[in-house]
Amino acid sequence: MANITNQSLNEIIDNVKTKKVSSTELTKAYIKNIESAKKLNAFVTTTFDQALDKAKQFDIKPNFDQLLPGIPLAVKDLFCTKNTKTTAGSNILNNFIPSYESTVTKNLWDNGSFLLGKLNCDEFAMGSSNETSHYGNVINPVGDQLVPGGSSGGSSSALAADLTPATIGTDTGGSIRQPASFTGTVGLKPTYGLCSRWGIVAFASSLDQAGPMTKTIKDCAIMLESMSGFDEKDSTSINKKKEQYSKNLKDNIKGLKIGIPKEYRVDNMPKEVDELWGKGKKILKDLGAQLIDISLPHTKYALPTYYIVAPAEASSNLARYDGVRYGYRSKQGKDLIEMYEKTRSEGFGDEVKRRILIGTYVLSSGYYDAFYLKAQKVRQLIKKDFDDSFKKIDAILTPSTPSSAFKIGEKTNDPVSMYLNDIFTVPVNLAGLPALSMPAGVDKQGHPLGLQLIGKALDEQKILNIGYAFEKNCGFKNEIKKWWS
Amino acid sequence: MSLDKEKIKHVAKLARISVDEAKVESLTKDLNSIFKFIEQLNELNTDKVEPLTSILNQSLRSRKDEISDGKIREKILKNSPKENEEFFVVPKVVE
Repeated sequence: MANITNQSLNEIIDNVKTKKVSSTELTKAYIKNIESAKKLNAFVTTTFDQALDKAKQFDIKPNFDQLLPGIPLAVKDLFCTKNTKTTAGSNILNNFIPSYESTVTKNLWDNGSFLLGKLNCDEFAMGSSNETSHYGNVINPVGDQLVPGGSSGGSSSALAADLTPATIGTDTGGSIRQPASFTGTVGLKPTYGLCSRWGIVAFASSLDQAGPMTKTIKDCAIMLESMSGFDEKDSTSINKKKEQYSKNLKDNIKGLKIGIPKEYRVDNMPKEVDELWGKGKKILKDLGAQLIDISLPHTKYALPTYYIVAPAEASSNLARYDGVRYGYRSKQGKDLIEMYEKTRSEGFGDEVKRRILIGTYVLSSGYYDAFYLKAQKVRQLIKKDFDDSFKKIDAILTPSTPSSAFKIGEKTNDPVSMYLNDIFTVPVNLAGLPALSMPAGVDKQGHPLGLQLIGKALDEQKILNIGYAFEKNCGFKNEIKKWWS
Repeated sequence: MSLDKEKIKHVAKLARISVDEAKVESLTKDLNSIFKFIEQLNELNTDKVEPLTSILNQSLRSRKDEISDGKIREKILKNSPKENEEFFVVPKVVE
């Protein structure tokens, strides 16, 4: 085998099962890739010794019946990992070592995989370009000047550069799907409540959801199956039977009704994005699906709604970082209040501070009705748009992002232009629905672009099936030159 | 509506974040552009709309009020920036 890491997760699992490669060989190959990819800055922490130890244990006593037998995995540094530093991309957690494991990562390890390292991300998952991390910008393997998307930018970069066979991210307003689109990979935001939020550093609790980031749709199904499931420790976890997404993957989509929302054709959208959307529609139609024009009239209000709801919840969630019980504490501050203020000022970066201030303001006395309550009402209207449409269709097809990966520094001076990047991904979080971003083509600069499939609540299998059929007929191949090693 | 510097300083006080005087100007500009964007919502009449309180079609589960964990004081104190045997230590509050 020439290159054991240049394959899909599914192929790698097969290679392990048929003993073409041992877990130790696999782990060593990824470590070598990671060590030669420091320029990408995708990792905050590596756990190589621990990974080699786990690989060795697997090789001595292998269990090939598991979903992820002997597979090393790197995960976003927002998932708490027992005895391994968890930073959330923030200075305020630069010394935090959890004494517990997040449910989602525990599920992955219980299925036979083990930790390779923790991946860089925007600070507290607040960002669309991985430029807000305290641990530096992550670079997109597609080009040395390009952002990898965000907030799961370390995850998308590491995956596209073969530094991990698959990974997981979190998605509050597009943080899995947008980076997947920017790197030519697959990303799924599951239905709210399908994956436990327990042990994930919280950003906006009514929107946060963990999900897989992979090279193929089949890999995505394997990872979703491994990580999802009911968890008593998360009060919003959905109690339902576990699905076998990978086993039930089918590429027959004949007769399915695909909604095409007119509101997703936005002003100033590059022609290529529109053309790609057209290509996607044609592929699905040729496979026997029926295209139906739909309207989601409140789409344009999703981003303004999100920028009330998410900062409001964040300001509340991030109140816990006070320098007392864990994390960074300022050396300055004469009294308790001053210690809090200095700790939070030195511990948080600019984007996080901005959002805490927005959130504090919209929840403050006299403004709650005008902002927060108003936003929750509009959120109801956005959800109702989807509910009404899904009475007559199976899934919705849209572009994932309004453009391909942009240059580092291009949008950092204008927060609103950065926020607009999530225009197609945010409505789904507000409505709690599952959505998949799948690679579909490239723009004229050769940068990847994705299409998004939105499903009904808990209809992950259906959007995975549509994605599976699409993938087989799309002909997209992620051509990334290894310029960094 | 626009936020002035004094208002921003007040909100920062509420959020327990000290803000450098030098940064107040740019922060005011950024927050005002964000609020201008947010105010698009005022175009919509939502008088007859119920606010969304949960996106799940289920109510939150409750569990029995029983201890399911515990005796982990050491683990909890391990990450504290400053500890003294069994306590979290903070700057003196009462003289």
